[in-house]
Amino acid sequence: MFGYMIRRLVSGILVLIATSVAVFALFFYGPSNPAFAYCPETRCTPTRLAQITESLGLDRPVLEQYGDYMKGIVVGNDFEAGAIVIPCDAPCLGVSFKLRVDVADYLMARFPATLSLALGGAAIFLTLGVTLGILAARVRGTTADKLIVGSSLIINAVPYYLLALLAYLYLISKWGIFPESQYASPFTEGPIAWVSGMLLPWLVIGVTSSTQYARFSRGSMIESLNEDYVRTARAKGLSDRAVTLKHALRSAVVPVATIFGLEFAYLLAGTVFTERIFDIQGIGLTALNAIGTKDLPIIAATVLIAAAFVVGANIVVDIIYSLLDPRVRLS
Amino acid sequence: MTEASNFLTEQNARADAEQAKGPGADGPYLVVEDLTVRFPTADGLVQAVTDLSYTLEQGKTLGIVGESGSGKSVSSMAIMGLHDIKRTHMTGSIRVGGREVVGLSNNRMQSLRGGEVAMIFQDPLSSLHPFYSIGAQIAEAYRAHNSVSKSKAKAKAVEMLDRVGIPQARTRVDDYPHQFSGGMRQRAMIAMSLVNDPKLLIADEPTTALDVTVQAQILDLLQELQRDFNSAIIIITHDLGVVAEMADEVLVMYGGRAVEHGPTKELLTHPEMPYTWGLLSSVPDVTADTSARLIPIPGNPPSLLNPPTGCPFHPRCPHRDKVPGDLCRTELPLLVQGTRGPQHLKRCHLANPDMIYETEVLPEIAPELVDMTVEDSAGTDSVAPENR
Repeated sequence: MFGYMIRRLVSGILVLIATSVAVFALFFYGPSNPAFAYCPETRCTPTRLAQITESLGLDRPVLEQYGDYMKGIVVGNDFEAGAIVIPCDAPCLGVSFKLRVDVADYLMARFPATLSLALGGAAIFLTLGVTLGILAARVRGTTADKLIVGSSLIINAVPYYLLALLAYLYLISKWGIFPESQYASPFTEGPIAWVSGMLLPWLVIGVTSSTQYARFSRGSMIESLNEDYVRTARAKGLSDRAVTLKHALRSAVVPVATIFGLEFAYLLAGTVFTERIFDIQGIGLTALNAIGTKDLPIIAATVLIAAAFVVGANIVVDIIYSLLDPRVRLS
Repeated sequence: MTEASNFLTEQNARADAEQAKGPGADGPYLVVEDLTVRFPTADGLVQAVTDLSYTLEQGKTLGIVGESGSGKSVSSMAIMGLHDIKRTHMTGSIRVGGREVVGLSNNRMQSLRGGEVAMIFQDPLSSLHPFYSIGAQIAEAYRAHNSVSKSKAKAKAVEMLDRVGIPQARTRVDDYPHQFSGGMRQRAMIAMSLVNDPKLLIADEPTTALDVTVQAQILDLLQELQRDFNSAIIIITHDLGVVAEMADEVLVMYGGRAVEHGPTKELLTHPEMPYTWGLLSSVPDVTADTSARLIPIPGNPPSLLNPPTGCPFHPRCPHRDKVPGDLCRTELPLLVQGTRGPQHLKRCHLANPDMIYETEVLPEIAPELVDMTVEDSAGTDSVAPENR
């Protein structure tokens, strides 16, 4: 188990290094010259551009700059922009071109909003989706089953951004059924403000994602209800409830856990549509804005963070696997 | 009930048979009467079991033989109430220890399942939950019928594993099914089914997934446990060797119906139904000439959606032309007393099946037995064909 974890961590770090190389290449081979970020392209004199290029260190060899970038992540790095020095402590992901702030700090301040969104949404789609899936599997073939599967397909067929937009327009702006969406810290501003600001975004994420979990866990559950060991459980004289929850569900959740791990990682990396439509200042919205302003350090950092979440989620899913299934020994 | 008259005749024959056995103190433990099981599907009604009747007493073993789809498993699962009530049409009667099971609610059925009636399944690997330890699964079965603490149930699991011959039961009790060998898994399965001292044990092809040496051990174990617990056993199999070793009585099923029923020795030595002959001819014989080929039964099992008219076996029966008037094709033979006494029931139009068996079938499948059988039957039967 321990050796396995070490190996997984090492391979995860390798993936992250490869990602950082790809991201770093954006600075040099991307469509925009980072120096223009400090000097509007239309009014920039060649001398000014050369000055900025030098002060950003963009004239140095690529490898050297990459080394600086990596060094910054590990030990921190101070950035000089003209007269002012911007301190950037480890893990330093660079300094924003536009905002002149430490990217890591900037993103950390926005992470709670994204985390709240992901946690609340996941709690809803997991409980709603898996419950509907189990119900549909238990009554498969009946009208109730067809209703669940059918409505899940219909909701799934509507583009997510359209659904989120309509929900915002009607339920918040027009009819005012839900309070205006915003992120409020549950610690400083109280849990009520937190929940009321997040309620509709949670419901929109929860309901739309639950549809695929409902269909997925329904299929998984039907398969496991047909297993011989479920018949054995019934033959033992266990109650329907024990047979469904203890025997059938236990094996049906394994594949559900896999897709959940990855989906949760994507949610943590920022839900661009949700944050944009509901104007929640999270990682996704920050990344979107950074793309608009060509703020490369922020774009690079959000990509790296997303990669780190996916790598982490994969390791966590593997550990969950071994906890769920005794046949899986991590070695 | 359009076939009511048929039932009557069949039941008379059966009543005779029961009388011959002598009336039990409280009647037989298991009474199956006119059991009919149908599954409605998109393609039509699957007639899985039709008008099946038999009885079984405590301490006795019934072997149910037949090919896949003959209804042997379906009828046994009906005793356990394992069919989904909503998706199954069931009529007739199954009385377990005097209690009617057909139509019993799922909740009432739970107390019976795994308690008084237990079942062993064919493939112990897929029949045990891969995520729970052997001990936990046995303890769970015990706790489903006894309100005891978890530690007591686990102690019981250790005791049962020890009882069925698992070495170091105390440590192996925490193993998972994948850590057991095939034979040990089936022992664990048996331990689990016997944990509540069932009065009736249904073993659905308990040895099919095991290799031959382990098969014999498992069968010995079942017999030993039967002696200790005095339980009734139904053993479902397509292996006539298993039946010969285990069963007191044999019920041969074909296309969802009983086609022959009688005491094991009697039925195996004097079968009167061409399907049983076919089963006997397809048994490999280790002592036989290696160049000798097995004789398969031609054709396919009957469709349960559109069963053939008349005798269900007639499309595959090589002897149907011996019955005058195309009767095999047009009329379902009744399950009636055979030529050799009231205990032996058969469903066949042939007038002299014993003679056909001895002169035509036996020489083909076991020539070395012909003389023996002729001598044996000479005393009881008037028809003793000279065939040397």
